[in-house]
Amino acid sequence: MDSIIKIIDEMNKSNEGLVPILQRVQDKLGYLPIDILEAISEKMNLPYNQVFGVTTFYSQFRLEPQGENLIQLCNGTACHVKGSKKIIKTIEEKLGIKKGETTENMKFTFQVVYCIGSCGLSPTAMINKKVIPKLTSSKILKILEELS
Amino acid sequence: MSHKVYEKTVLCCGGTGCIAGGSESIYFSFLNEIKRRSLDKKFRISITGCHGLCEMGPIVVVQPEGILYCHTLIEDVPEIIDKTLIKSDLVEHLVYKNPKTLEIIPKYKDIPFYKYQKRILLRNCGVINPENIKEYIKREGYSALRKAILDMSPLQIINEIKKSGLRGRGGAGFPTGLKWEFTKKANGEPKYIVGNADEGDPGAFMDRSLIEGDPHSLLEGMLIAGYSIGAKEGYIYCRAEYPLAIKRLKIAIKQAKEAGLIGKNILGSNFSFDIKIKQGAGAFVCGEETALLASIEGRRGEPRPRPPFPANSGLWGKPTNINNVKSYSYIPQIILNGADWFSSIGTERSKGTMVFALTGKVVSTGLVEVPIGMSIRELVFDIGGGVPLGKNFKAVQIGGPLGGCLPAEKLDLPIDYEPIIEAGAIMGSGGMIVVDNETCMVEFAKYFLQFASDESCGQCVPCRLGGERMLEILTRITDGEGKLEDLKKLEKLSRVMNQGSLCALGQLTPNPVLSTLRYFKDEYIAHIVDKRCPAGECEALITYHIDEKKCTGCTRCLRKCPQNAISGEKKKPHKIDKRLCIKCGVCKDVCKFDAVYIM
Repeated sequence: MDSIIKIIDEMNKSNEGLVPILQRVQDKLGYLPIDILEAISEKMNLPYNQVFGVTTFYSQFRLEPQGENLIQLCNGTACHVKGSKKIIKTIEEKLGIKKGETTENMKFTFQVVYCIGSCGLSPTAMINKKVIPKLTSSKILKILEELS
Repeated sequence: MSHKVYEKTVLCCGGTGCIAGGSESIYFSFLNEIKRRSLDKKFRISITGCHGLCEMGPIVVVQPEGILYCHTLIEDVPEIIDKTLIKSDLVEHLVYKNPKTLEIIPKYKDIPFYKYQKRILLRNCGVINPENIKEYIKREGYSALRKAILDMSPLQIINEIKKSGLRGRGGAGFPTGLKWEFTKKANGEPKYIVGNADEGDPGAFMDRSLIEGDPHSLLEGMLIAGYSIGAKEGYIYCRAEYPLAIKRLKIAIKQAKEAGLIGKNILGSNFSFDIKIKQGAGAFVCGEETALLASIEGRRGEPRPRPPFPANSGLWGKPTNINNVKSYSYIPQIILNGADWFSSIGTERSKGTMVFALTGKVVSTGLVEVPIGMSIRELVFDIGGGVPLGKNFKAVQIGGPLGGCLPAEKLDLPIDYEPIIEAGAIMGSGGMIVVDNETCMVEFAKYFLQFASDESCGQCVPCRLGGERMLEILTRITDGEGKLEDLKKLEKLSRVMNQGSLCALGQLTPNPVLSTLRYFKDEYIAHIVDKRCPAGECEALITYHIDEKKCTGCTRCLRKCPQNAISGEKKKPHKIDKRLCIKCGVCKDVCKFDAVYIM
């Protein structure tokens, strides 16, 4: 907690702004706990509703901790026409969770994102920040098995 | 400055796509291998930005011959060194083959994908190492800035840009020179320059590839804009989803500062300018200029009514010039080669080239740059190679989620702002997605509606509620529960959203629905009246079957089915239990005998 407060103080002093501070803190902790948001509001002298409002406006920010493995399946247009919808279904069935959720054992978080800009290799996913090209339902099942 | 002369240069593609295919390890393997064999004085290995032909990645190009190798693997490195670098022979199994004629085309410039392009904006992508400013400078980099600052007055520059006819490449097509003039004339200090790299359209990666491949051209364009308009500070607003682009921009800014091209008294003049990067945090609406400015200020990225336009009241209420990444990147070329050169390319009303991300059901997916006015047919068929697997072209979706779908009868339409709008789509920033007969146009429209309503900021009622209601109606239709009067409702809602929404997001959200209703009404009717999805995509209206004649009983699908919905003995035709089937399509994916079909 102390190290996080230090980051907030330093960034606030150099006028970095709310969004970069939230990004840095989430980088460190993996998510944004409510008490940290309260601390940011106090340190930056901003109303709490503004800090919370900005946090929930942008899809990058999370209020819940994230699983060990982050599956970000692309559902951009190119991936969509090449069958990402079926892959979403396969992942949901396999992990027993819906998109946006984390498995109970904290092994997997599954997100559906719009376009990671690798449309030439569609359908794609970013699994733990690595782009996986030309996915199929059977390929993703194999990857999920290897990770669990 | 003396530099070594190398016999040959190997260019490894370092775009996001090829990196996903392992191009970085190929690059390092080349480096190690030529060092080990003491060939590093003869040959140079470089990593470049995107070559554009992402479908064929990882791509390796050998210069000066210009030989292009596709789908290169790390195991191929010794063979390329032995054959191509040392003996100037081809490695045949890596050479590009025309997918239709199977003709071997070893050279980059002869491949149809490149042959019909006109690369002005992408001239450095795939050629220079984007992380080395010297390579940019060697290709006339920053000489436009020198010319602008030392030989031209701000007014001269603005007149030159106006004369060139450059229109904003973010999508709306507003004349760039005019925008600069407005900001220059506006009252208020300081003034700001903003580069919009919040490329949020799904299916589009032009700005990402341009920044990853040639970041300095954006910086140079922004510097020239700063000088002309009288600004001292610039911001680049880039999506957080593009980590490589952000990394390369940071390196480029650092190197430009060290070279005295960004900072105080640039090139010994009175002009000082600084550029900072702001990372987005995931909100499509931030591509809208007033929302983007709010986001830079650290607020929720909500648009506001215009006027006042950012030229008069932008960042922190000060005059701000905001352009797309591509618009700025054209500027150095226009300054160096002149307005007349630029305006000689393109059509009567729109000058220059346009960059498209060509994706979907097309043989050669990737990044292409063509003169404005080329027909959609030339782009999709001559450059893109048409639809793969012998399937039929059905439509092309242009302009991102707020654009529209154009059918085969519009293939000869010239790609230009006005004709595209008249046909029911928008030019947008350059996404172009080809679909074949397997795409259901109703489902496709629903997909875009889902996207747009997810991304609505929620401020104004027509956009917030209109999108939701339209989505409900479309869902009803794809579930087989639609009624004919739903089509009238869709049209009415579209009108309300178009006229009543605050920003372009809400105004253009109905576009995909309107354009599919215009050209593919029969598909809507088939869903509503016949309860049938002609493309075989809408789950509620289809079932999976196994063709008894084609099934060999190999048990592959039976083993892969996540629901255990398939039964059957070995070597005998299998069956799918419809009650257990979730229509995930794994069986169709894995079947080697094409025995699984959809009805």
